[in-house]
Amino acid sequence: MSLDLDSKPRLAAGCRMGENNNQRVLLMPERALRLNGPSLEIVSRCDGKHSVSQIIGELQLLYSKAEPHKVEQDILGYLALLQKERALDFESGAV
Amino acid sequence: MPTVQQNPLALVAELTHRCPLHCVYCSNPLELQSRSNELSTEVWSRVFKEAAEAGVLQADFTGGEPLARPDIVDLIRSARAAGLYVSLITSGLPLDEAKLETLVHAGLDHFQLSFQGAREETANDISGTKSHQHKLRVLQWLKRYRIGLTLNFVIHRCNIDELEEMLAIVKDSGAGCVEFASVQYYGWAFANREKLLPTRQQLDYCVERLKRAEEEQQGKTRILFVVPDYYAKYPKPCVGGWGRKLMLITPSGDALPCHAAPVIPGLKFENVKDRSLREIWEHSEAFQKFRGEDWMQEPCKSCDRRAQDFGGCRCQAMLLTGNAAATDPVCSLSPQRHKVDAILAQINEQGPAGAEPASPITVPVGKIEWLYRPNPS
Repeated sequence: MSLDLDSKPRLAAGCRMGENNNQRVLLMPERALRLNGPSLEIVSRCDGKHSVSQIIGELQLLYSKAEPHKVEQDILGYLALLQKERALDFESGAV
Repeated sequence: MPTVQQNPLALVAELTHRCPLHCVYCSNPLELQSRSNELSTEVWSRVFKEAAEAGVLQADFTGGEPLARPDIVDLIRSARAAGLYVSLITSGLPLDEAKLETLVHAGLDHFQLSFQGAREETANDISGTKSHQHKLRVLQWLKRYRIGLTLNFVIHRCNIDELEEMLAIVKDSGAGCVEFASVQYYGWAFANREKLLPTRQQLDYCVERLKRAEEEQQGKTRILFVVPDYYAKYPKPCVGGWGRKLMLITPSGDALPCHAAPVIPGLKFENVKDRSLREIWEHSEAFQKFRGEDWMQEPCKSCDRRAQDFGGCRCQAMLLTGNAAATDPVCSLSPQRHKVDAILAQINEQGPAGAEPASPITVPVGKIEWLYRPNPS
């Protein structure tokens, strides 16, 4: 399933950010995902306001030493994984 | 002495053994706790704080029926305030629209609704209560809220053939996840096992149908299938490994590594009224007993899979072999696997419960003599 770059991901129902022992986590029904570095930067932008391409743009700036295409591929891969886990809803880009 | 590997991650809070349902496969122990033995709101609130401090992320409120607790809203609030993610595992029965709204507003993260079947008569016979229609109403009410929703269909020989109708309920519900959880044979299910174990033919159908359903529901609903492990080649990594991830607190406050642990003779459980959760996690004899690998016997001891399945389920080993440290006998490598095979042979010879071997699989559930669990005082 390919992602629409204009769509705006947000955390799905039953998913939210949490914190335990200074570690940020994505809490989901019956499971949790530790967030650090890039994964935290990505998930905290899944707010229904940032489009996929905006998230890619912002992270390419943030990790400017990394190869931009690699950053993009990593983000798309991570978002696809979260979608498969039903952690994200994608609002249509056409508003 | 085995070392403590990590923090507990999940706290299963069995708030009460009281329940309006009398399911024939209930996982509660045969000896149920009465209301007068239940922990108070204050003790539970302290337990939630201690759990979060010990590293626990998730609290699963279950029972019995957790909604039977009059203080359920306060309990959700205090678990949320402690920083936990709160799931309610419920029959949905003692619920009306107003009560649901208060639960959601109190901060409930995830609602897990159990189903006993897809057809009213089956579901009501299995639960020993008129419950099915009400559950369907609860599903409609839930559509108003943006809350995590999992449907849990407990499946077995008498309802597995309703799978197509169960999938129709799932499709209409908008649930993010559905579990088709085969009955596991402990507690009341162990007592009713010969009537509940599915046939191999039913299981094959189920696996094939759910594979297709997974494709149909991709991106909408995650579909999880818990196999009946008597049919498995290798055992389940029970509770993610003994004393590795999970703590269960009984209605009266005993801390268990697994809900079925009291079937193992000689295990001494600590109570949360006497000790902090962290102390119990680190030092309780019961948690230490099968933690790590020191307790393992052959073939587990030298098996490549021992870090994957941890030797399977200690309680099942106890129930089927009389030795809690034995390899889980559902494992094909277990020298006692023949015991499980003998049970399966019997089931597959006699066909569905109450029916002739060659007849259709639908069973008049009401005609089976079940052992129903009672409601404790």
